[in-house]
Amino acid sequence: MSASVLYDAPGPRAKRRVLLFSILAVAGLLAGLYVVYRQLDKQNQFDADKWTPLFDPSDAQFNLVWNRISEGLANTLMAAVLAVVFSLIIGTLLAVTRVTSAPWYRWIVVGFIELLRGIPVVIAIFFVARVLPEFGVSLEPMWYLVIGLTLYNSVVIAEIVRAGINSLPKGQREAAESLGLTRGQVLRLVLLPQAFRAMLPALISQLVVILKDTSLGFIISYEETVRVGGQIVQVLSNPIQTYLLIAVIFIIVNYALSRFAIYVERRLSQGKKAVKTDEGAAVVHADDLAGAGATNVG
Amino acid sequence: MNVIFENFALYRDGFFKTLYICGYAMVGSLILGTILAGFRVSPVPPLRWIGTSWVNVFRNCPLTVVLFFCAFGLPEVGINGAYFWFSIVALVLYTSAFVCEAVRSGINSVPAGQAEAARAVGLTFGQSLTSIILPQAIRTVVPPLGSVIIAMIKNSAIVGAFGVGGELFAVSDTLTGSRGEAALPVLTGIVIAYLLITLPAGAFLGWLERKVAIAR
Repeated sequence: MSASVLYDAPGPRAKRRVLLFSILAVAGLLAGLYVVYRQLDKQNQFDADKWTPLFDPSDAQFNLVWNRISEGLANTLMAAVLAVVFSLIIGTLLAVTRVTSAPWYRWIVVGFIELLRGIPVVIAIFFVARVLPEFGVSLEPMWYLVIGLTLYNSVVIAEIVRAGINSLPKGQREAAESLGLTRGQVLRLVLLPQAFRAMLPALISQLVVILKDTSLGFIISYEETVRVGGQIVQVLSNPIQTYLLIAVIFIIVNYALSRFAIYVERRLSQGKKAVKTDEGAAVVHADDLAGAGATNVG
Repeated sequence: MNVIFENFALYRDGFFKTLYICGYAMVGSLILGTILAGFRVSPVPPLRWIGTSWVNVFRNCPLTVVLFFCAFGLPEVGINGAYFWFSIVALVLYTSAFVCEAVRSGINSVPAGQAEAARAVGLTFGQSLTSIILPQAIRTVVPPLGSVIIAMIKNSAIVGAFGVGGELFAVSDTLTGSRGEAALPVLTGIVIAYLLITLPAGAFLGWLERKVAIAR
């Protein structure tokens, strides 16, 4: 952890003080948790009927509840995967056209990107769901969600891919062009594969964002996890317990994805270390991440 | 486009209500996020655990779930209030995790020599953090903090979808839903209203960045 920037290795007095503050912090935390616990208890939030349908397999409603939750999860994943695939395709096209096209066309792309980056994703989804039917395009709710998420995330991915292309050494393009490849070939065969490699961690992190944003499907009646949770709450009237469960599911999945992104980044930077002779920089980078990873566990 | 002019008062009120929500949430999350960042770099392990858990929980949980938890869960435990305040609480809980990460990255970018010098003149951890490290850290993280704030402004639209009446998203829902207005002009107006907030905010942050930037 780079916190050593702020303080030295503690001596005996500092160690005592750290211990004292640790005890105070833990005591404060426990006191806070106790207040929460007492308040929950006072409002009968620990009653069995609020928990067993979610956590006790012998409860009559357990299977029903989990069937619904797994349907919701499947729908969440479906929308997220479709949105990722479409955003990748459209985002790459946007990035490539922005890098290669005539200025007037580039301005259109930049305007499009700025416009979509400036509006809330929930508005994009709502816009799609309300405006498409006015033009006679009626779709399943999932497609409104997917189109809305794609509109929004494709410009983010376009920026990621563009940054990836720009991060490549200039010599790559020059070498490819001097071999006689056309502009399209240079992009397709030389620049894009490397850009994707460099941008893979950022793309995986974007997956977390898209997964979280699928929860906005609730405004257009798409039965994803959070909306299913709302329906469970209406039947069992246990919002705290149900939303806690759903939050935990999201946190586990997204945390795993974030760790995966860190792992991939470390692997890639190790690969680079072998290729480039820039060893010092690569090692520092990997150590930084290892440090971030270690604090994440704690 | 007549619908925008006919309902101009509705749009105007929605615009200002959104600004209010964003203002409160911005102040709250900047303060809380900075405190959490202090926790994460402190020498006291339990404080670091609190900061780390906070960030991992709220960065990985959809804002929608946080909002529902606050809006429907808090009344269950006897905390009653307006959705307006619940929505601000949820936005602050969620955004502070991102502010914390931005500020922490700024703290890491301050050269170690600065902290060594602070210690050498006898400042304590708290003193060197608040009067030496943080002022420099925050200047370097204006761009990422700016993205966090703009994301927060956009996220504030979600609060309209779960029952905070009168803000911009809720206005669009009212007009296209219960009043049955044509969606395209209504939503175009809403998009313009959001751009009127996010584009100047972005420009202001760019200006601020140039003004406070440290050459490093």
